[in-house]
Amino acid sequence: MFSEELQKYDWDETTSAIMAKTENDVLRALSKERLTVDDFMALISPAAAPYLEQMAVASRRITQKRFGKTISMYIPMYITNSCSNSCVYCGFNRHNKFERIVLTPEQIKEECEAIKRLGPFENLLLVTGENPRVAGVDYLENALGVCRPYFNNLTIEVMPLSAEDYERLTHSGLNGVVCFQETYNRANYNKYHPAGMKSNFEWRLNGYDRMGQAGVHKIGMGVLIGLEDWRTDVTMMARHLLYLRKHYWRTRYSVNFPRMRPSESGFQPNVVMTDRELAQLTFAFRLFDNDVDISFSTRERPEFRNNIATLGATSMSAGSKTDPGGYAVNPQSLEQFAVSDERSPAEVEAAIKQVGYEVVWKDWDKIFD
Amino acid sequence: MSKLIIGGRTFGSRLFVGTGKFRSNKEMAEAIRASQTEMVTVAMKRIDMTNAEDDMLRHVSGDGIRLLPNTSGVRNAAEAVLAAQLAREAFGTDFIKLEIHPDPKYLLPDPVETLKATEELAKLGFKVLPYIQADPVLCKRLEEVGSAAVMPLAAPIGTNKGLVTRELLSIIIEQSNVPVVVDAGLGAPSHAAEAMEMGADAVLVNTAIAVAGDPVAMADAFRMAVIAGRQAYEAGLGAVLRHAEASSPLTSFLD
Repeated sequence: MFSEELQKYDWDETTSAIMAKTENDVLRALSKERLTVDDFMALISPAAAPYLEQMAVASRRITQKRFGKTISMYIPMYITNSCSNSCVYCGFNRHNKFERIVLTPEQIKEECEAIKRLGPFENLLLVTGENPRVAGVDYLENALGVCRPYFNNLTIEVMPLSAEDYERLTHSGLNGVVCFQETYNRANYNKYHPAGMKSNFEWRLNGYDRMGQAGVHKIGMGVLIGLEDWRTDVTMMARHLLYLRKHYWRTRYSVNFPRMRPSESGFQPNVVMTDRELAQLTFAFRLFDNDVDISFSTRERPEFRNNIATLGATSMSAGSKTDPGGYAVNPQSLEQFAVSDERSPAEVEAAIKQVGYEVVWKDWDKIFD
Repeated sequence: MSKLIIGGRTFGSRLFVGTGKFRSNKEMAEAIRASQTEMVTVAMKRIDMTNAEDDMLRHVSGDGIRLLPNTSGVRNAAEAVLAAQLAREAFGTDFIKLEIHPDPKYLLPDPVETLKATEELAKLGFKVLPYIQADPVLCKRLEEVGSAAVMPLAAPIGTNKGLVTRELLSIIIEQSNVPVVVDAGLGAPSHAAEAMEMGADAVLVNTAIAVAGDPVAMADAFRMAVIAGRQAYEAGLGAVLRHAEASSPLTSFLD
């Protein structure tokens, strides 16, 4: 399990090692075909900032070689905002007073139909709060069954499950699982996640092993940027990805770099990542792992997304609603986070084509599940 | 230089040597000494296992040297399992180098039978070191069924061609959770050094030493090459610089 592996790495030592990287370390990393985590640390370090343009060139070249000039499209569907956690940065925090929604199968069906009217989406990301009492595995299995006729590729972003439950859901059409560790900082994790199942760091951390053991086709990872030093957090994530690739080598992986945005709970980010830094991180990750999917949600502004589309990103959402029922059933419900890119899927598609890239709606078929 | 651990055993030397093709057992013994190897592979078919005084066996034995019996000559998994069991009894070691090459010309390993035999032998408690094609997926499959290391070939046995499978070896090294011992085809100390610089955990050399003009001197040369390559890998190789020039800046949107 990765929790044992993580113990080998000291948080503060990692931070210092990153900050101690020099121009020579950056040049060495840029010259290599296969990068180590140490090289990755050089590329995300301040020493690499002057090399942003070179990193962009390399990142684009590698991404085009592996993925072509394409961006794969997905759309999230929030099916419940009920949550038993009290994450201090999240709008779904159980202490926030608002009416909780759990979509019924009929309502999920309505949402599917509304999404299909928005665009020819085939990749659906089903998202829930974390409340197994009202939206447990039975509920998820049922929801997958409702969505299955509408979409070829189903991914969930829900509470971490047992290996048996992941496996059970793969038999109901589940293809991918997205889970954000939020932070790898063990010492501070519970400051942000004080209660509920999410307060169990190890259970969440080892969830990725359980996904791998269950044979989930695709695993999505992410740290929430804004909690702890982002460079250290993404270095831990790079180590985690390397570990997962070595152990669950049949699985595909994706990474996300969500930057924290305002939410109703009013938590303000501890660290703010600039656009330049987000770009640097994206390029560095592409150079570190040539095959990983890098996904950008509508958290990011249109201009940033239009540019990053040709520089390392491989997957984007569009037209997203981050509230349950947001597409048809209940357009006024509370969002998990505010989106920055409110363009329609057609507008996003047009913008991607404008920069010479093809939009891919379907790259999986349910007969493979 | 860090120590190598295979099957729970620690090795100070990362050079494994083979015992075929030497002009005499005496010269072989001297070459083994000069190589400072701690792992010597011996073809079971060459040894009279009923005779503890077997001449070849006497010449390969020595302080700090582990015998790695190999199954060279077997053609399928069933024969390999039987051979391994005989070897365990005769040599008192759980280590077995699995060589299943039904093809007598190029002596290329059979991946299907090797995977089968590895799984079976691992269940029987053997420390299996399978000789295989430089096939990254096969290496992962072998790891999953319990092999103690993987021994992908650099080039067909005895060809001295060097790292013909370089691209695939680098993938195997990147992905493996068990030690990677590059076996077969290493014809010169520079080949061995290069494999070690790439991050291989060890190399196995036989023909290049055995058929050299002076096998003892060549064994010493390989010893140094392996140390040099490993030390360079651990030290972190320097940059081969290439300068990228963008015709139009890609990152101006960030200004």
